[in-house]
Amino acid sequence: MPVPVYYSFRNLAVRRLTTALTASGMALVVFVFAATLMLAEGLQKTLVETGSPDNVVVIRKGSQSEVQSGVERLQASIVESLPDIVMGEEGRPLLAKELVVLINLPKRGSKKPANVVIRGVGGASYTLRSQVKLAEGRMPRPGSSEIIAGRSIAERFEGGGIGEHLRFAMRDWTVVGIFDAGSTGFSSEIWGDVDQLMQSFRRPVYSSVIFRMRDATAFDSMKNRLESDPRMTVEAKLETRYYLDQSEAMAKFLRILGLSLTIIFSLGAVIGAMITMYAAVANRVVEIGTLRALGFNRASILQAFILEALFLGLIGGVAGLVPAAFLQFVTISTMNWQSFAELAFSFSLSPGIIVKSLLFSLVMGISGGLLPSFRAARMDIVGALRSS
Amino acid sequence: MFYLKLSLRNAFRHPLRAVLTITGVAVAILAFGLLRTLVGLWYLGVETSSSTRLITRSSISLVFTLPVSYRERIRHIPGVTEVSTMNWFGGIYVSEKNFFPNFAVEPKTFLALYPEFIIEDAEKKSFLKDRRGAVAGYKLAAKHGWKIGDRIILKGTIFPGEWDFVLRGIYRGAQRSTDESQFFFHWDYLNESLRRTVPRRADQVGLYVIGVDSPEKAPEVAQAIDATFRNSLAETMSETEKAFQLSFVAMTEAIMIAIKIVSYVVIVIIMVVAANTMAMTARERIAEYATMKALGFKWSHVAITVFGESLFIALLGGAIGVLLTFPTANLLEKELSQFFPVFRISPVTIYFQIAAATLVGVVSSVFPVYRASTINISEGLRRIG
Repeated sequence: MPVPVYYSFRNLAVRRLTTALTASGMALVVFVFAATLMLAEGLQKTLVETGSPDNVVVIRKGSQSEVQSGVERLQASIVESLPDIVMGEEGRPLLAKELVVLINLPKRGSKKPANVVIRGVGGASYTLRSQVKLAEGRMPRPGSSEIIAGRSIAERFEGGGIGEHLRFAMRDWTVVGIFDAGSTGFSSEIWGDVDQLMQSFRRPVYSSVIFRMRDATAFDSMKNRLESDPRMTVEAKLETRYYLDQSEAMAKFLRILGLSLTIIFSLGAVIGAMITMYAAVANRVVEIGTLRALGFNRASILQAFILEALFLGLIGGVAGLVPAAFLQFVTISTMNWQSFAELAFSFSLSPGIIVKSLLFSLVMGISGGLLPSFRAARMDIVGALRSS
Repeated sequence: MFYLKLSLRNAFRHPLRAVLTITGVAVAILAFGLLRTLVGLWYLGVETSSSTRLITRSSISLVFTLPVSYRERIRHIPGVTEVSTMNWFGGIYVSEKNFFPNFAVEPKTFLALYPEFIIEDAEKKSFLKDRRGAVAGYKLAAKHGWKIGDRIILKGTIFPGEWDFVLRGIYRGAQRSTDESQFFFHWDYLNESLRRTVPRRADQVGLYVIGVDSPEKAPEVAQAIDATFRNSLAETMSETEKAFQLSFVAMTEAIMIAIKIVSYVVIVIIMVVAANTMAMTARERIAEYATMKALGFKWSHVAITVFGESLFIALLGGAIGVLLTFPTANLLEKELSQFFPVFRISPVTIYFQIAAATLVGVVSSVFPVYRASTINISEGLRRIG
């Protein structure tokens, strides 16, 4: 017959201070664990949502990002003539030739400069990126020096707000609208007319060509055709893949950092749990002896103490996850090394992370409680009853 | 002396518990020290920058270039001693995993401006003579097993194609903190190739490195340079090397701040663990404390033994943590050489570690000291622990 479950639980409640201290140690570890996973998840979510599964990005071969890439006008026209592209309004292919450059802008408040993406767009760009929606103001007129800024640029950078001016490339640009692109990378960009921007930056080549495929399953054959064309020095990527690659190094860095931090930190918490559980066993020698005398066998005692350690871990896990969940309201902005540009993203809590964090806290509890539980189970009845 | 002895004896009455707590504190102090060092490394480029060097780049952003013709005009500005050109090449050696910084530079002026890159005279001569020649840092060369005379091929990301170099020299850093993992080659080699393949991208410089004769003149010279090119097609932005490096660091500051916060979290975790140990100890010894008081010890005596025990455990753990920091740092320096050129523990870090350990000891003693000093004798003696 097993020892009742509430025996384990009640024991934790009796020694409130110790339980609270040990559990809060574990809670902090779980908090750090969950926070770093949430950060990596948020980054990846942002960049994955940026891409659409039907869209294809064409950049120069070997260049890893749009910023490094250059696509000649002739090559862009060849891409435009592909038969695989969806036809949009007025019978034009749903394709945009874009320019992507970085400019240095000071942040509001701190005035610290950061690299911001300026994207020269064509008419089809807005159709291709259905996530981009006008939130305030109006769309810029084509052929003018009017620009439209992403929500997180408007909030964080000087001159990014509606009606404000930005000066770059020897011209003044007026922000006439703010767009909302949800949690995608476009929210950290400024958009303007591609021809105007190419003129001002004196860049005769596009950075990338984006188009929507008629049939996404035909991507491989289209890619082969495009890349084996002797006139072309380009590579084609699905937009989702392209943005996933952009976030890879950073997400990996965050994961490795988070993992190594939590492993080191959890050592401390496990030690704390071990101390607590050893003390729990040592204080209850007579009690354990009595339980054995009453007929509970070694396995039940072991089970009761392991359960207690698991409860302890679970309390810590829940106590760590609750504050971590509030981190979802926090937005972090930092430079993405791969695109060299500022990117804003938030912590994101997924069911997977909740499960992982709780499992992690249970593992911490059990690794702290295992040895003490065995000590409790191995006690002999007479010796335990006699000790005072 | 008596109280000290009592504290030490008490500390090891539960050997297992004491060893566990000390291990916990040691691990936490070690982690704290390494994290602080990691944050410090981010600023290494800032620290090692020279105050007599200026960096001039396009005012729009780093991805825009400046015409090479600016070089002569910059040279004529009073206070300027030397001008070198530099292009971030962004080449990949075999695979993306082998990342290292590689630049196209004007070799003669570049080596003159960076005296911290030490290269033997014979190697220097052969590097200057060979337009395809390249120089690599000692650590980089060691990592890939490069020897002088080896052919090295980099795949261009910004400048398309495969680029062929011959290793002519291996430089050593003048200080331990000098980055020995960079790769330089002739700017002329890049430029001549671009003239043939993409003429519109030729004769363009990523940034100018400028030597000034005295640090005080640096801001003046920077202003003079920017004034020279104001309202031109390519406006410039000049700043000291330190400010330039700092602007890079500032871009990834959010992550550094997070690591800093986390390094304090580990201290809080261990504080909780140590406080738990001390609280348990105090609860078990309530009767003893009452006995001491009954024997005539004042409350302050009891408090001091408890405080001493707590501090002793924390400081012992802290000392082990500090001692472990050095071998761990050496190990990390070997393992992480591709990300961080050096992994060096600064004296300030050690002070911080000691302070953190002391803090853990003090904070974890607060509750038990309070319990021990306020215990009522008759109540304490009645209690069966």
